[in-house]
Amino acid sequence: MQKSLKIDPGKCTGCLQCEMACAWSHHKTFTTSRSRIKVFSFEQEGRKVPYTCTQCSEAWCLHACPVEAIVRDAKTGAKKVLEDRCVGCKVCTISCPFGTINYIAATGKVQKCDLCGGDAPACAGACPTGAITYVDADWTGLEKMRAWAGKTDTNPAAV
Amino acid sequence: MTWTKNVLRVNLETGTCLAEPLNMEWARQYLGQRGLATKYLVEETDPKVDPLAPGNKLIFATGPLTGTSAATGGRYSVITKGPLTGAIACSNSGGYFGAELKFAGWDMIIFEGKSPRPVYLLVENGEARLVDAAGLWGRTCWETEEMIKHVHQDPQLRVASIGRAGENLVLFAGIVNDLHRAAGRSGVGAVMGSKNLKAVAVRGTRTDAYTMADPEGFFQAVAAAKAVLAGNGVTGQGLPAYGTQVLMNVINEVGALPTRNFQDIQFEGAHAISGEAMHANRPTDGKPNLINHNACFGCTIACGRISKMDPGHFSVKDKPQYHGASGGVEYEAAWALGAANGVSDLEALTYVNFLCNEDGLDPITLGATIGAAMELYELGILTKEEVGLELTWGSAEALVKLGEWTATGTGFGKQLGQGSRRLCTQYGRPDLSMTVKGQEFPAYDGRGLQGMALEYATSNRGACHVRGYMVSPEVLGIPVKMDPGATEGKAPMLKAFQDLTAVVDSAGICLFTTFAWSAQDIQSMLQPALGGDCSLETLMLLGERVWNLERRFNLAAGLTAKDDTLPPRLLNEPAKTGPQKGRVADLGKMLPEYYDVRGWTKEGVPTPETVTRLGL
Repeated sequence: MQKSLKIDPGKCTGCLQCEMACAWSHHKTFTTSRSRIKVFSFEQEGRKVPYTCTQCSEAWCLHACPVEAIVRDAKTGAKKVLEDRCVGCKVCTISCPFGTINYIAATGKVQKCDLCGGDAPACAGACPTGAITYVDADWTGLEKMRAWAGKTDTNPAAV
Repeated sequence: MTWTKNVLRVNLETGTCLAEPLNMEWARQYLGQRGLATKYLVEETDPKVDPLAPGNKLIFATGPLTGTSAATGGRYSVITKGPLTGAIACSNSGGYFGAELKFAGWDMIIFEGKSPRPVYLLVENGEARLVDAAGLWGRTCWETEEMIKHVHQDPQLRVASIGRAGENLVLFAGIVNDLHRAAGRSGVGAVMGSKNLKAVAVRGTRTDAYTMADPEGFFQAVAAAKAVLAGNGVTGQGLPAYGTQVLMNVINEVGALPTRNFQDIQFEGAHAISGEAMHANRPTDGKPNLINHNACFGCTIACGRISKMDPGHFSVKDKPQYHGASGGVEYEAAWALGAANGVSDLEALTYVNFLCNEDGLDPITLGATIGAAMELYELGILTKEEVGLELTWGSAEALVKLGEWTATGTGFGKQLGQGSRRLCTQYGRPDLSMTVKGQEFPAYDGRGLQGMALEYATSNRGACHVRGYMVSPEVLGIPVKMDPGATEGKAPMLKAFQDLTAVVDSAGICLFTTFAWSAQDIQSMLQPALGGDCSLETLMLLGERVWNLERRFNLAAGLTAKDDTLPPRLLNEPAKTGPQKGRVADLGKMLPEYYDVRGWTKEGVPTPETVTRLGL
């Protein structure tokens, strides 16, 4: 079964535990600027929104890369950056419609979410509110469907 | 070791920014943040210095757990000699600024002298420089943050700044970071203003800012401690749902909610300004005041209130800049702006709270000072002509106007900006100032909670609830339930709370964790983070050392045991209603016992044995 990160911004408090977990699992630092998941703050609306790569099936970044440094992990479906092959040209950062692959000046390479190898992404494990979960990729919308299904008025007389 | 081992020393007079190694001997003795910065201040500053003179220093300090995944590990403190009290001032803030400073590679920044012109400090990892702030002077904290991010084209800069209150040397001006988190109390913002320092902007991207002694051990301890927070009723349910405002109705019921400048001890309008009321849909526009709850860096509690005002409310009707979401009232602010003045208009409180964040004011002292002014007015001592408006109990209109005037330094707001002690003294009634050592009480009445009375009298930064929160045992039953009306056993319990709080404030984590965490939980994270001797005994002794260091600074500054007291109203006027009806604050019984358990003389001075035992 392939799994996907499911993000529910309504539950996010902006604590950045996900960013620290990501930075630590890849770089052994808590410095959040190295995280591949980012929490954005929309102050006027009072909202916090975590955002990262959704692992497109036909990934723009993968197709744009001139040196084939981005590959598909057959097991997890994640698009991974092969650091030793990446030349830091940044074409992938231009081609990605969502901005979720990023250039890191300190390394001269790009980085993106790789689902931490597929078993247990660190961000989901660190989230204290369930805003980030790791679920069956075929059914990322299942909970929302269920919630709406519950509101479907099929037998008003019985209510 | 999770210290960066780097100190940034900024001489504002000469404009130099120099790196120096952290004194590691002091780091082991005083841990970080509150304790360690106090040590630097004590060693480098004349305790008799005028707090607003160039000779005073201003220190921004993180703790060893700041910028780690320890829950709430994002705190920083600002340490200086306070202008409101003339005592040590130490104000603690959350948000994201502290962690960013750590990621930039600094444990603390020490500001010395006074800049000849307005400047701000820009820190980008190891690079630090002072930048001209002529275009920022006169701006609010909110404008300042936006303008600095714009100028440097970096939306990820974290900014701590003063607003117009700090520039105008309002004696209870705070320092605001991340728009609505603040080092709020004791006038640390006025000291910053006196130095012509408008803001500190930081960007930290270093991956090698510090090392961890035992990462595996740290992760295990952090995970276990997070589970403790999640499973606790206060930190896992009460605070996320209602914030500190969970307390409004509770404290009113136990009869410890100071009302109308402490004339009453219960407020008839408490429910209207409570955490529950913030959730309810307003009759005016059908929407609730509270729209979300936010966390500071690393915090798994998330008590922060995010509010949206009713755009039709009289205070913001033609001011769309206040119609968006921002930091809502916490319990202390709701009490000070509300019950302390008899105001029960939640929207008015929210607006003035926004103003406090926008221009950097301590809402506790602002509200309490307005309460004192209202009593002076009701007694006929202050007149409408002098104030410029009618100052009757419960007037939301007066609260709103005085909030605006104090924030901007307009009219009678200039007098309010001096705090209630100076205001009441000026009008010949110092007894009406509800302060200890010149700082206003927060939201608990010492007649209803005897342990809090002792805490107020002995707190090193003047009246304060976050130096030894006796509300925990006296109301919440943490760690054990104590009778709020009793004096027995309060002195040793308070000492334990004060010492533990000094550890928490020196570690880089939030005091609110201690509703759930024991000292052992905190020790279990510090040990793998720092290595070396971090035993429980060592840490508690460290907390006591910090407390006595602050005490000795205050004594050297000229304070004496005579300052360890409460206003006559709390000592002589019995509570009128509630479970503690008829009681006064029984300081006479508790204070000598407190000095004794502290190892101090009858004059409140640490004995030579105590000084030696603590290695001071």
